[in-house]
Amino acid sequence: MAELTYRDAVARGIAQEMARDPDVVFLGEDIAKAGGVFKATVGLYEQFGPLRVRDTPISEQAILGAAMGAAMTGLKPIAEIMFSDFFAVCFDYIANEFAKSRYMSNGQLKCPLVVRTGNGAGSRFGAQHSQSVENWCMMIPGLKVVAPSNPRDVIGLLAAAVRDPDPVIFFEHKSLYPTKGEVPDGEIVDALGSAKIVRPGKDATLLALALMVPRALAAAETLKSEHGIDCEVVDVRSLVPLDTQTILGSVARTHRLFTVEENPRLCGWGAEIVSIVADEAFYDLDGPPVRITTPHIPLPAADILEDIALPTVERIAERVRKAMQS
Amino acid sequence: MAKVEDRAPAAAAGLNDDIGEATRLRLYRIQVEIREAEQRAFDLFLQNLVKGTSHLSLGQEAVAAGFAAAMKPGDLSFCTYRGHAHTLARGVPIEKVLGELMQRDNGLMRGKGGSMHLTSAEHGVMGSYAIVGAHLPIACGAAWRAQYKGAKDVAVCFFGDGTTNIGAFHEALNFAAVWKLPVIFVCENNLYMEYTPIGDVTAVQHPAADRAAAYGLPRIVVDGNDADAVYRAAGAAYAKARDGGGPSLVECMTYRHSGHSRADPAKYRPEGELEKWKARDPIKLYRERLKQFGIADNVIAAIDADVRRRVDDATEKCKTAPMPPRDILTKDVYADGGFAWRN
Repeated sequence: MAELTYRDAVARGIAQEMARDPDVVFLGEDIAKAGGVFKATVGLYEQFGPLRVRDTPISEQAILGAAMGAAMTGLKPIAEIMFSDFFAVCFDYIANEFAKSRYMSNGQLKCPLVVRTGNGAGSRFGAQHSQSVENWCMMIPGLKVVAPSNPRDVIGLLAAAVRDPDPVIFFEHKSLYPTKGEVPDGEIVDALGSAKIVRPGKDATLLALALMVPRALAAAETLKSEHGIDCEVVDVRSLVPLDTQTILGSVARTHRLFTVEENPRLCGWGAEIVSIVADEAFYDLDGPPVRITTPHIPLPAADILEDIALPTVERIAERVRKAMQS
Repeated sequence: MAKVEDRAPAAAAGLNDDIGEATRLRLYRIQVEIREAEQRAFDLFLQNLVKGTSHLSLGQEAVAAGFAAAMKPGDLSFCTYRGHAHTLARGVPIEKVLGELMQRDNGLMRGKGGSMHLTSAEHGVMGSYAIVGAHLPIACGAAWRAQYKGAKDVAVCFFGDGTTNIGAFHEALNFAAVWKLPVIFVCENNLYMEYTPIGDVTAVQHPAADRAAAYGLPRIVVDGNDADAVYRAAGAAYAKARDGGGPSLVECMTYRHSGHSRADPAKYRPEGELEKWKARDPIKLYRERLKQFGIADNVIAAIDADVRRRVDDATEKCKTAPMPPRDILTKDVYADGGFAWRN
């Protein structure tokens, strides 16, 4: 057992898989000699060499297209897109190519690759380097979508993603990179499509993802100590496949549902889950499901504005309290 | 092989016999097969048996034939929505191609892909891509795998003139050049993007070749209606790629006899242009070439008849083939064979 940062967990997860399988290769901008702009890939170039860890030009279409061509012919590439906002310049590969080649070819083509990307707000980078775009990917048939909230899950889910035969979009939260957590020694391999109850509780279910998980946990502590409301916090971890059984099971026990989402309001991931719960667990609910999200706005750069845009611990606690006491 | 005395007319004309009779007959057969199958696809449209859209390569057969004849079996083709020709050229059965166009269960992808996405991995046809430019980076990736594995196969990527103005073209060319990848980019310049002449919207005369220097590559322009010229250019590019010499960009000048797609009667072409190009019809040119090399009329006629018979047989099989079963609708979205996104 060792304490590791989320940032170092990324490098350890990639190293674990590259050491295991010589067909795992890694490409992206500044990822090799520089160790990544977020320093999340330090040491990989030195450990695995220039044939397996390769710097690319600033050509996001070339990065993702090359990853796909390598994947369909036998390699297991990990591609980095530095900021998830840049998906917009290479979205053809994500939406039209990775996701559809198996179906269109009647199963002849495969696409076993991982796209890692820095997602989310908190760095005061403004509207084009701060977005949470996991919902852009969740809506596309053929993709798998993962977003870990802690160092252990980074390693385990990254390993599961690399070993998965489908294209996996792996969202790392930029504001979580410096956070620390206990990580066991040795190989860690998790399973895609499993949510985790990170705090059991009986009064309400709080679903959260990535940076919103520690905030939901902190809000749950406040709600318990100040208002006697006992919240269960579920780390969704994987949007596709979606572990609806864990979510529905939690709602069946607590009878209340709150989603805590960093994405802007419209078509955020919580909307789909609320719809599933309304459809399949309506009579388990004691009150309307509540979505706590970023407002439907581009993100501002100023810290004072960015801080109030995202769901804060205070806003989450207040919104839950109000709903539970009304 | 033809006897030496049979080659007398060619030698007299000063023609280069570097290609040999067996390959020349193959080049001819591939071109005729594409011509007959594409013409049949058009006839089947008129009977409403081919649905959706379709982009024919009538007039452009020599490019597909020249590159395919110079390939080795493990080489990988990446095509566009105008990909019937390149798919057939790799030896994919005509029935499988027409079946897909007719959306039957015997089609290459059982009707799930359609005309624009012909794929036959077992023949090295690694997909036909309908988003302009998308497959140039993908071909780079296949070439990267060959380089990484020390394999000798080459990725060949075919695209139209219009592709040269999209970002992915430039990203892929630079990427392939910097990584020295065994990939060949083949621009089929048929003078028109969809409806607009490529020259009206491009800063240089040769949209691919004139950009080659920007990526440290030689400028290569080939007569794309002459299968021998294409075959020679292809051979040089394959040899360079297999020797670790990196990518090539080859611009083949050609012309499509029909419109962009089935919906396009091609009225935007100036009067006389089509006729001028039809005088240089690649199949007509090649028939004359074969005769110059002493190949008898009856040998040529036998190829024509055999191809026509095979296209007829394939058409009949497709007409009686069943439609795809409904249960494949949700299959092969994910690698487990299904479409489950939740538990």
